[in-house]
Amino acid sequence: MQQYEPDSLPPAQLAAMRRSMRNGRAALTRRSLLRASTGGALAVGGLGVLSGCGIPPASKTQGVSSQDHSAKENEINFSNWTEYMDVDESEKHHPTLDAFTKRTGIKVKYTEDINDNVEFFGKIKPQLAAGQDTGRDLICVTDWLAARLIRFGWVQKLDPSNLPHAYANLSSQFRSPDWDPGRAYSYPWTGISTVIAFNKKALDGEKVSSVSDMLDNPKLKGRVGFLSEMRDSIGMTMLDMGKDPGKFTDDDFDATVARLQKAVDKGQIRRFTGNDYTSDLTKGDLAACLAWAGDVVQLKADNPDVDFVIPDSGYLTSTDNLLVPNKARHKTNAERLIDYYYEPGPAAQLAAYINYVCPVDGVRAELAKIDEDAANNPLIIPDKAMAAKSNAFRSLTPKEETAYEEKFAKLTGA
Amino acid sequence: MTTVTEAPPLAPTPVEEPRRPRRRGRLVPYWLLLPGILWLLVFFALPMVYQASTSVQTGSLEEGYKVTWHFATYWDALSEYWPQFLRSVLYAGVATVLCLLLGYPLAYLIAFRAGRWRNVILVLVIAPFFTSFLIRTLAWKTILADGGPVVGALSSLHVLDVTSWLGITAGERVLATPLAVVCGLTYNFLPFMILPLYTSLERIDGRLHEAAGDLYAKPFTTFRKVTFPLSMPGVVSGTLLTFIPASGDYVNADLLGSTDTRMVGNVIQTQFLRILDYPTAAALSFILMAAILVMVTLYIRKSGTEDLV
Repeated sequence: MQQYEPDSLPPAQLAAMRRSMRNGRAALTRRSLLRASTGGALAVGGLGVLSGCGIPPASKTQGVSSQDHSAKENEINFSNWTEYMDVDESEKHHPTLDAFTKRTGIKVKYTEDINDNVEFFGKIKPQLAAGQDTGRDLICVTDWLAARLIRFGWVQKLDPSNLPHAYANLSSQFRSPDWDPGRAYSYPWTGISTVIAFNKKALDGEKVSSVSDMLDNPKLKGRVGFLSEMRDSIGMTMLDMGKDPGKFTDDDFDATVARLQKAVDKGQIRRFTGNDYTSDLTKGDLAACLAWAGDVVQLKADNPDVDFVIPDSGYLTSTDNLLVPNKARHKTNAERLIDYYYEPGPAAQLAAYINYVCPVDGVRAELAKIDEDAANNPLIIPDKAMAAKSNAFRSLTPKEETAYEEKFAKLTGA
Repeated sequence: MTTVTEAPPLAPTPVEEPRRPRRRGRLVPYWLLLPGILWLLVFFALPMVYQASTSVQTGSLEEGYKVTWHFATYWDALSEYWPQFLRSVLYAGVATVLCLLLGYPLAYLIAFRAGRWRNVILVLVIAPFFTSFLIRTLAWKTILADGGPVVGALSSLHVLDVTSWLGITAGERVLATPLAVVCGLTYNFLPFMILPLYTSLERIDGRLHEAAGDLYAKPFTTFRKVTFPLSMPGVVSGTLLTFIPASGDYVNADLLGSTDTRMVGNVIQTQFLRILDYPTAAALSFILMAAILVMVTLYIRKSGTEDLV
């Protein structure tokens, strides 16, 4: 392209200007910039520098000593998922937390900064790996991530003497997961049931009562959703195939992936979704999908077309768990908060608001006082029949976890 | 006897005095550059080195990662995920061409024909940036919903039959198909095409058009021989600003696509966060970067423009 040239200049100056534009430093064009940046990157990234990097093994950070400042500092930093706590009408106060502060004098700094387990892990990993304080005294993560944090030694053992209610009231269903037997490190915040949700209008008379129905009914082609959480999608399909997600082999896993792959190949499965399945389901773009029961209870209240079914083969239950990370400054305060939410009163108040499975025994009477329907909803307080159908996905070794996630990623398009 | 007449010594002193302020003046540009250079070092060069190192490490989170110069990771990543690479280039390429086709007439209109509406239209072009990228993409899920008016119209016009046959939609829907992803990419990156096009068109002297007319050029010939060549810097920088981010994008493929529309950005995200295979993720990032660098260099060389906008 022609450079702009003022025509008032004498020829000699004009020539000099042209020369400088072409050759001089002023000729900073995109091309020369590219050339410079590649050269620079290569020079800086000299091989010697590269070998200096590396990531230390996770186990090295085990045994960091944490100091508890609870006696001096009446506060606690609590990180939780969004919409996972009761709010009052103004949506600014959390009544159960306020009551806790009033009773104990401990100020709760409540942050809703967890949106996604894998992202949250990425966020806290650098500090925990380096044996530093994350600035959080209490975090809430799903069981497979809780298992990983415990395995790495990145969380603190809880003191049972500070947890009398929690110990007494924890529902037997959740007492001894294989990744934390006897709950030495973690206590469930809520239980999450994975069920099949559907939109009656979009089904248009078709019946869906099992994963097989979702995978095989040609009338539902391209209108079936599965979850991008590997354990939910694989676990539910395993149950449907008569396998036990609590103890399965590599071959079982591969067979399950193959079954889902067939459905992907023929275009039966529309998408593997995260939380965004809720809008697709209410709009009717998804006729049937795997869904988390707590969401469905809320969706159903807004849209009568949405409903759920629990397959005869059973359903999957996981938990979101409260953990105290290494180097947290207020461990005792955190334990008192955990214990508080295992008293029937606060537990009922919370359950009435968030509609997930309540892990606390003896809540039904308290909950009935607040919300009769919720107290009778088996998705919130499981009855015997419901509890019998519940299954947990077994914990995985690190090798299995990588291999399975990789296979599942290929299934979802990598 | 010979007398050696010494040459009078050159006086060095008078130079010293005026030089000092000048030297200080010479350093000023470097001081001004310092924040930018530091920024580049800390937020560009260092992460690059770190990633380059990660890509040749082996290990696991449990045992830690060590640099073992395992270059095979690059080959494994490429042979495993070449379909996603190809798809990224294809989608980004199509979206860029669509952006150019949509953006050029609009930029032309703003530059030459809009009159007093020029600023209003420019604001309208930029206005979508006031909402988040995510929200704008999610809005397309409503626009293209299965039962929505767009899909209904396309279906009754039998357009969907054609696109279905071409393999860019599936049955009676647009969402969760390649078409939806390309639409999302085109929409999200359109302003990056229009703005540079507008700047280079706007700089063209209107008298050149008159001159072309005086020389008996028909309007189309004027466009072909005068306007378009003069707008080339805008075309080149517009296509670069569209193509480069579009080929690395993963949000559109994630929200509007399905299993067969995943792009390389999705693979990198999954490898980094879900599978925790940092070396493969880093290697993929570098391959993507190298591929884009090569394509851009070839493109600029071919299009023969030295300065951009």
